Amino acid sequence: MMPILYAGIVLAVIGLIFGLILTFASKVFHVDVDERVTQVRECCAGANCGACGYPGCDGFAAAVVEGKAPVNGCKPAGAEGARKIAAIMGAEAGAEEERQVARVLCQGVKGVAKERYTYDGYKSCAVAATVAGGPKDCRFACIGMGDCMDHCAFGAITMKDGIACIDDTKCTACGACVNACPRNVIRLMPASQNVMVRCRNSDVARVARSVCMDACIGCGRCKKECQYDAITVENGYARIDPAKCTRCGACAAVCPCKCITTD
Amino acid sequence: MKATFRGGVHPAHHSKQPTRGLAIRDFVSDTVQIVMNMNIGAPSKPCVKKGDHVKIGQIIGEPVGGLGLPVHASVSGDVVAVDAIPYITGDMVQSVTIKNDFQEEWEELHPLGNVETVDPALILPAIKNAGICGMGGASFPTHVKLTIAPGKKCEYVLANGAECETHITCDDRLMQEHATRVVDGLRAVMRALDVKTGIIGIEDNKPEAIAAMEKAAQGRDGVRVQVMKTKYPQGGEKQLIKVLTGREVPSGGLPIDCGCVVVNVGTCAAIADAIIDGKPVIDRILTCTGAVRSPANLRVRIGTIAADVIGECGGYSTDPGKIFFGGAMTGLCIPNDSLPIAKSTNGVVVFTKEEAVSAEEDPCIRCGKCVDACPIGLNPYDMKISADIEKWDDCKKKHVMDCMLCGACAFICPARRWLTPSFKIAKQKITEIAKKEAAAK
Repeated sequence: MMPILYAGIVLAVIGLIFGLILTFASKVFHVDVDERVTQVRECCAGANCGACGYPGCDGFAAAVVEGKAPVNGCKPAGAEGARKIAAIMGAEAGAEEERQVARVLCQGVKGVAKERYTYDGYKSCAVAATVAGGPKDCRFACIGMGDCMDHCAFGAITMKDGIACIDDTKCTACGACVNACPRNVIRLMPASQNVMVRCRNSDVARVARSVCMDACIGCGRCKKECQYDAITVENGYARIDPAKCTRCGACAAVCPCKCITTD
Repeated sequence: MKATFRGGVHPAHHSKQPTRGLAIRDFVSDTVQIVMNMNIGAPSKPCVKKGDHVKIGQIIGEPVGGLGLPVHASVSGDVVAVDAIPYITGDMVQSVTIKNDFQEEWEELHPLGNVETVDPALILPAIKNAGICGMGGASFPTHVKLTIAPGKKCEYVLANGAECETHITCDDRLMQEHATRVVDGLRAVMRALDVKTGIIGIEDNKPEAIAAMEKAAQGRDGVRVQVMKTKYPQGGEKQLIKVLTGREVPSGGLPIDCGCVVVNVGTCAAIADAIIDGKPVIDRILTCTGAVRSPANLRVRIGTIAADVIGECGGYSTDPGKIFFGGAMTGLCIPNDSLPIAKSTNGVVVFTKEEAVSAEEDPCIRCGKCVDACPIGLNPYDMKISADIEKWDDCKKKHVMDCMLCGACAFICPARRWLTPSFKIAKQKITEIAKKEAAAK
């Protein structure tokens, strides 16, 4: 009976001593952590997407508390996240910006965009783009190997018929896909901007049309039709200014190439 | 024990070269389409227009910028089109299409005479005016390569006759049939740079070429032939220097940093043609092989369409899977056979559908074969880890910029990992980032 008692007493004394040391150490080596950092961190989307320009959500939270980053800097968290962070920081969330989404400006699905060759190599758009200029005849087209899909932290991108499709409801406009695309066919635009020119082919009309049935030929009919002066034709393709566009869809109705869509 | 370098691989089809014993045959097609970006540097500017009549050797593209070279008409006849076509990289490139009238009218040539007596100061301008760029595949303007930066000294001129690529035998045939021309070209370079030693490196699988070159080199000042072991990539510039001189090119440096200049034997012959005959680059020797009925070594005019070359070789023997310009290891895949050959195209190789199938990538098993195979002494498996997660800084620290994309690692990998494409992308990204940073400053 006695040995067990001794052992118990010794253990209790050791525990007490270490407990005292730890208590002492925690006081001496105390690091002040602003509790707001933890709170801000919890309001972030938590995807570590890097769209804010800081190394992950922790970096962003620290920067917000230090006053270096804007409270609405976390795009995936959206307006609501910005409001919460603003409340923590005691600042104004600022004018609510319209939610942005990424959109693919290419309709070159299989059968529409001419295939140059059958690519069966490494599944990467960046690599495919270096092999004889990519598997599609159009040098501006979405390659469709899914580099953007691999970079999307929110599962918003799927590959359909050889081009990328972005789910508006899941997209957080973090911009990872925009940076990943070697062809630059993904752009961020306001979510309400449903009228868009889905082509970036800047070749002359003859060449553009010969590589893709849905290519913008820069004919300018949309520009003439637009009553709000929202459309410009530059570099051989049309562009819509989201600030001036009223989403009336008159341009889409007259487009002979069906490259302006309204859905 | 023959001289060789560390690492390297032995591609199985190294020995399967049906064109090895075939003499060079001339082939002139009825139309040529000459592209303007045949060399590294800014594309040349077309200076003829539709309907013009041109003679062989007439300048049809003017050089642009410091790395620019003139482009010459390779046949006589009428210009039928000057337009932009998508070339190998997919970028639009200006091209001049000439319908051959088979009159073989030549522009007046200005030969400089014997390479041993010509004024050395005239050699480099002659090389530039003849539009000579690296004929082994690199297409770097030769006169720029031979312009030695102040403070550097060249001690060796190396003629690259390794021809380590699979399938290709055009340099072998060139050395057998035009050995004197190769030595003349080498001598011209040696005299232009005032260098005493010139070494011709040839792999030991070309005994006839070695014999021919040794005979041609006899009695020529400072020229000798060195036999090397047959191994890929023996013809890589850095490997060749290591084998022939025992020197190593420093990381990020050029051959001239260790006192060497490497010139392909095809380029040597073109230099000799330019000086002795005053002839610009209007044709080249290439090997057309693989899935064609009768593979051949052809002397074709620059701008000959690949389909015509293949037609001359009897057409496809089966459905083609892939067509390369160059050998299977470093050659460039072309999207279809309507592209014209350029100055640096040393081969047209056709793969069957079965040969062209790409394998699925498996996980790395850390066998280390790629490390053994890398001729530069890099750790390909390690670089691939960083490249896959896009840590470009780490890639740079692991010396991906020293990788010459020879493909030895990807060839030897039992897991069939896509090593080389990853490094190509990594190199591109690092260069892009460096450019951006430079622009920001």
